[in-house]
Amino acid sequence: MTLKDIALRNIRRRKAKAGFVLAGLLIAVSTAVALLGLIEAMNRDIQQKLEEYGANILILPKTENLSLTYGGLSLGGVSFEMQEIRQADLGRVKSIKNAANVAAMGPTVLGAVEVSDRKVLLAGVDFQAVKILKPWWKVGGTVPGDYDVLLGAEAARILNLSTGDHLKINGSNLQVSGILAPTGSQDDQLVFTRLKRAQSLLDKEGRVSMVEVAALCTACPIEAMVSQISRALPGTKVMAIQQVVQGRMETLSHFRKFSYGVSMVLVLVGSLVVLVTMMGSVRERTGEIGIFRAMGFRRSHVIKIVLLEAGILAAMAGILGYLVGFGSMKLALPFFTGSNGMAVVFDPVLAVAALGVALFMGLASSIYPALMAARIDPTDALRAL
Amino acid sequence: MSYIHAENLVKQYGTADAAVMAVGGMSFRIKMGEFVAVMGESGSGKSTLLSMMGALNTPTSGEYSVDGLEVYELGQDQRADFRREFLGFVFQSFHLVPYLTLLENVMLPLATVKMSSKKKRALAEDALLRVGLNGKSHRLPGQTSGGEQERVAIARAIVNEPPLLFADEPSGNLDTKTTREVMDLLKNLNEEGMTIVMVTHSPECASYARRMLRISDGLLVEDVPLNGSKGGIQALVC
Repeated sequence: MTLKDIALRNIRRRKAKAGFVLAGLLIAVSTAVALLGLIEAMNRDIQQKLEEYGANILILPKTENLSLTYGGLSLGGVSFEMQEIRQADLGRVKSIKNAANVAAMGPTVLGAVEVSDRKVLLAGVDFQAVKILKPWWKVGGTVPGDYDVLLGAEAARILNLSTGDHLKINGSNLQVSGILAPTGSQDDQLVFTRLKRAQSLLDKEGRVSMVEVAALCTACPIEAMVSQISRALPGTKVMAIQQVVQGRMETLSHFRKFSYGVSMVLVLVGSLVVLVTMMGSVRERTGEIGIFRAMGFRRSHVIKIVLLEAGILAAMAGILGYLVGFGSMKLALPFFTGSNGMAVVFDPVLAVAALGVALFMGLASSIYPALMAARIDPTDALRAL
Repeated sequence: MSYIHAENLVKQYGTADAAVMAVGGMSFRIKMGEFVAVMGESGSGKSTLLSMMGALNTPTSGEYSVDGLEVYELGQDQRADFRREFLGFVFQSFHLVPYLTLLENVMLPLATVKMSSKKKRALAEDALLRVGLNGKSHRLPGQTSGGEQERVAIARAIVNEPPLLFADEPSGNLDTKTTREVMDLLKNLNEEGMTIVMVTHSPECASYARRMLRISDGLLVEDVPLNGSKGGIQALVC
């Protein structure tokens, strides 16, 4: 018979009260685990999608001109001389410090051409790189060969062309090998062909208008890569495409703050449940505590019994709370990320934190009831029996 | 040489007009190995005196020592240690912990003692054997009779071999036959050397003691020796 045995026997005897304390702690811990776990999983999901989806660095020729487009609206009839990057210079990107983080580099040459008396933008691209840079592209037909073009959905509609049709650009006869499914981007309005063919048609051999770069940046800072490429290509303007990422990160940051708020409220409510229940339990046991004190239990022994009870229940709530939270997170994740295949991994830090928070809540909320129990006057307690 | 020494013990509850004098200045000495019965009508201050003697209730004034130890000069923790090492309590309503088995109830005073579980169990089983309750140790208090519960309470009071046993109305909830058995038990413990102070209403119970302190209105009005057998009973019942 030890103080721990007394605490355990009392938990077994007062199952309803113990269950109430356990439930209060468990709900708080499991919700916090589920929310925080979701945030981490969503963070990983964003990182993964950043790696999977497209370019995140853009290399443009350096220009002193100001943009004549606003909100997607271009001032018709006003144009200025377009500058280009020498294609041969792009090899220097392979020598930057973080060259290993460059997953793909897609040079693009752009130029206006006339098709069936309409002005369209012709884009010469490296279709191998495009596979990595724009994995969302869905081509109806085949990827263009040397004398083929791929039409954006909007371009095909306006030019009234479909797969297999022919068109003339700057005197060259080309065939439509495929049509791009709508992307919701400017790509819908372009005519694509191979880089070399476009350079030849636009008379821009050895030159490109822009370069899109996909950098795997989970560990590397994208700003560092931007400055490395800028140094390698001094005549260019290198930018990180961060708006989309920042938007998602901001949303996640709001969700994170909301989750912390909800977790805090639940931790407070759970702690209050523990406090009230433990105080009730101590009041019910006044006589019993009087007997303990009469038999020579010190005040510290009484405190220890109450805290042991709270500690045992809190430890159980911590372990169960993590498991329940982990399960809930697994169930909820597809609704938040839209992917069923996202692996939910055991997070030892979160597990230890769940146990730590549960113990802190249980013990901190039981300090006052424990002190109240220790202050019980044994004479009064025995008289009340 | 006295073992227990009380000098002008006073216990007053409340202050000014609302003051109630529970014990109004009692002085007595008890030798080691004595069996003392404290008698008196209800509200006379018997239980207050016993709680002060048991280091549970600080007197308003006066001195109280056991084996030369000034009990109320000790701190809270030392007083708790004193109770654990020197005293065994037998309460009127047994006050067993309902969710612990009889054996566990007897082991309770050892819960804070550094000792192996095996040794604690052996001591508790021995105490139960001494009160004639071997074989029922795994029952809960609710599954036993009043007499058995009283025996368990005595076993719990003696499990750590204290030199002093305080009993508050040990026969209060028992029938005549069981009362006799319990009193025989206390008498045996006294004969083995344990000092016993027993508060009782019952002259029959008091007749087992060797000395009787009679209290009235918080004052000691009579201190008489008894012969420790039923010989004294006739003098008390009147």
